[in-house]
Amino acid sequence: MQTMAATQQLWQTGPQQPPATIAASLDGVSKNYGAVKALRQVDLKVRAGELVALLGPNGAGKTTAVRLLLGLAKPNAGRVNVFGGNPLHPKVRMRTGAMLQVAKVPETLRVKEHIDLFSSYYPTPLPPAQTLACAGLREIADRRFGDLSGGQKQRVLFALALCGDPDLLFLDEPTVGLDVEARRALWEEIRKLVARGKTVLLTTHYLQEADALADRVVVINRGRIVAEGTPNQIKQQTAGKRIRCVSRLELPEIHALPGVLDIRRDRDALQIDVVDAEPVVRELLRRDSQLAGLEVATAGLEEAFLALTQDPGRGSETNPDTRGK
Amino acid sequence: MATASEVLISSSAPVRPARQTLRIYLKEAKYEFLKNLRIPRYSISVILFPLMFYILFGLVMGRQPVNGVDITAYLIPTYGVFGIMGASLFGTASSLAAERGLGWLEVKRASPMPPFAYFVAKFVMSAIFSGTVVVLLFAMGIAFGGVRLPAAETLQIIVTLVAGSVPFCSMGLALGYFVGPNSAPAFINLIYLPLSFCSGLWVPFIFLPRAIRHIAQVLPPYHLAQLALDIVGAGQHQSNWMHWEVLIGFTLICLGIACLGYQRDENKLYG
Repeated sequence: MQTMAATQQLWQTGPQQPPATIAASLDGVSKNYGAVKALRQVDLKVRAGELVALLGPNGAGKTTAVRLLLGLAKPNAGRVNVFGGNPLHPKVRMRTGAMLQVAKVPETLRVKEHIDLFSSYYPTPLPPAQTLACAGLREIADRRFGDLSGGQKQRVLFALALCGDPDLLFLDEPTVGLDVEARRALWEEIRKLVARGKTVLLTTHYLQEADALADRVVVINRGRIVAEGTPNQIKQQTAGKRIRCVSRLELPEIHALPGVLDIRRDRDALQIDVVDAEPVVRELLRRDSQLAGLEVATAGLEEAFLALTQDPGRGSETNPDTRGK
Repeated sequence: MATASEVLISSSAPVRPARQTLRIYLKEAKYEFLKNLRIPRYSISVILFPLMFYILFGLVMGRQPVNGVDITAYLIPTYGVFGIMGASLFGTASSLAAERGLGWLEVKRASPMPPFAYFVAKFVMSAIFSGTVVVLLFAMGIAFGGVRLPAAETLQIIVTLVAGSVPFCSMGLALGYFVGPNSAPAFINLIYLPLSFCSGLWVPFIFLPRAIRHIAQVLPPYHLAQLALDIVGAGQHQSNWMHWEVLIGFTLICLGIACLGYQRDENKLYG
């Protein structure tokens, strides 16, 4: 059985892909904010026409990567390239749209007014009616921004990203704070963009979202890219199982078994996260004939994702105490 | 679909046709105006406070002459300066502070908006409100204060005061780069109100205590008020060139400070 660390090594070279035009890239980019290393030696390529999901927990460096690609931050090392140029250049900006996380948007302007203004910045914007339709804003075009619900506000920000009909869109946590229905509706709109040939880089901390949308998932944690592949490859890597049982075996003994990612005591029972259930269950039964209350479940996506973003060097020997950090 | 290979970025070619650039500037200004017009805290107070003060101190208090003109006429330029200062300072400083502090400016910066359009829009918006205040002051004075000035002088005062919004918009930009989004209005009032009093905008200059009359000599609103008063011959008869010099110098200093703030943001927020 492969250990996590070994698998990750394998994946950092990336799957074989046919050569395609690079729409945007970070080459060996590092970015520090004071003592905080937001990105460390990151290589990221977004090919024309694909949807890349930058997946990682909060504080992983996702927003920093987007800000660098938008020219809102300068790298301490490495090169940022968008459409073969500097992201600061107005001609590059005319081909990109951005949905950023923003604390406050002018509230007294109407939805259609915000869109009218942002459309005017671009050489060939979408007709306003189409922008409104794409973002599902037709019914609320005359409402003031301040009177909108959270989901509607997100949709307006989405509309501002796409109204200029740019070739490349950056969506920073587009569905954060949305309910399930609103999230699915926005996913549908993002899919339509890609179907129209747009290139999209979106950041998310939901594995499910990356899975639902992306051609390629780049997992980032603590400023480093820890895995990269198709959603299926990522899911395989994170498709762990969780074993529950009551056993008299000691925690360290179980933890030392191959394929055990994590273990903790939950009241009387033990909760063991593993890569594959069968070998571990076999071994547990062999060592403890009294073992009782055995249950095997597919680990939640989020748990599995945590396993993936644990410190790479420590891979399969994670201390139970550091879980969920 | 366009691909990366066809992007050739030549820095010499203009980014967009001049006509389109002009259209962006106009739209930016229009929406900046609508945005503020719909904020009653801004639009109502910026217009009503100078009018209310003018009614109380100019129309209600009676008509004694000041420097050879009726107080009702004298106070139009001074409350006009008070009005344009409010429109300009609140119109630029509080919105800039809020927008750069709460992320909206970042969204705009990430877009292909011409950067200057954002600032020019605030100047234009403030000038429109400034003009409105001054015109309304004249309307009040003419209707209820018996003010009878030749049309040419009236127009000259309006133009001078609207042009005088530029130094205070510049001051607003400088402030907007150095105050927080929530503290901005309070901070502005803390500067705006004493500055107005000491410049002789509320009470005619000649009624101010001696010490304050000395202080007024270094305050930009005093110099703008003197330029406007001089049009009706009610100023302190100092050199108009000196007034202009002070105002231009003040504008340049404020813009310099705003540039420092801009650079600071470039390095800190966007560095």
